[in-house]
Amino acid sequence: MFDSLNAKNFMIVAVAEESRGAEHARPWIEQANATYWNLIDEDHRVADLYGMVNVPQAVWIDEAGRIVRPPETAGSTDHFRLMDRTTRTLAPEHQAARQDARTAYLDAVRDWVLTGSYALPMDAARRRLPSITPEVAQAQAHFRLGVWLRRHGNAAEGDAHLAEASRLHPDSWNIWRQAADLDEVGKASGEAFWQRVQALGDRPYYPPPDLAR
Amino acid sequence: MATILTDTGEMTVAATDGLWLSADDAETATGWTLKPEGMCQADLCVPLPAAATRDGRIDVAAFWQLLGHPVVHDAASETWVLGAGADQRNDALAGLLAPDFTLPDLIGVPHTLSALRGKKVFLSTWASW
Repeated sequence: MFDSLNAKNFMIVAVAEESRGAEHARPWIEQANATYWNLIDEDHRVADLYGMVNVPQAVWIDEAGRIVRPPETAGSTDHFRLMDRTTRTLAPEHQAARQDARTAYLDAVRDWVLTGSYALPMDAARRRLPSITPEVAQAQAHFRLGVWLRRHGNAAEGDAHLAEASRLHPDSWNIWRQAADLDEVGKASGEAFWQRVQALGDRPYYPPPDLAR
Repeated sequence: MATILTDTGEMTVAATDGLWLSADDAETATGWTLKPEGMCQADLCVPLPAAATRDGRIDVAAFWQLLGHPVVHDAASETWVLGAGADQRNDALAGLLAPDFTLPDLIGVPHTLSALRGKKVFLSTWASW
């Protein structure tokens, strides 16, 4: 997408929420071989500042530095929940629907860059902002300490703070999955993850973006 | 010594009895200056409770909580997070000016969001996990 748009007027900032550090993001970044910014965010600072709770989530920012679309799911869908987990396959119609949703979102980004469409008026943008509760703010502080303690060789105590962060901010998949990954690579998409997804019931894992104009 | 993690970075200071700091260290950690009126930042001063200051030193944890911000620390009271309160985060977002940050790329070169002013920016997150 980036290469087809005018880089003079547009930039992608891709932030890896990666508490294990740059080396764990490196293979993906090198494969993308991109000319846009690929940044490493060990403390999940961007998620904290913007109230993000999952990946991928995106924010659209205009030329004046203003948020014109608050955090929303960036192209992913809940079709993975329909996957046959033994064969790891998805029915063709679900694959197609997933691809359509992704295409629709990227088309919207492209339209915005070229014509300004899909940018929300200020009042509408404000209505879609996440609400940061005192529990969420407290959770972010515990997360920061947990990651720091883990990085400095104190895994047991770090994990206690990461668990407290998840307890205070249960809607954050970022916090829960990062903590699982720090415990053991792969655990973020293991059995406990699927149980947590199942516990959502009718609630979405990736709330679809409202692209109505 | 104590390590303090703030919204802007990390610092190590001489701390006693929890997070009691000299006025200078308190200013570096919090951005607030000790004055006769209390702790001050620009035109705003917040009176310090008597229990939170003694002999020119300040109970920074108590002060930070007084401002409505989270404070968490490890069991040894050696590492402290002076977090950002919910009001601070919500107020920043409600202004719709994209909160600024500086993060490194793969080889450690720092990049600052606000340097992209004048361009449209698609800010997106991902993860390996």
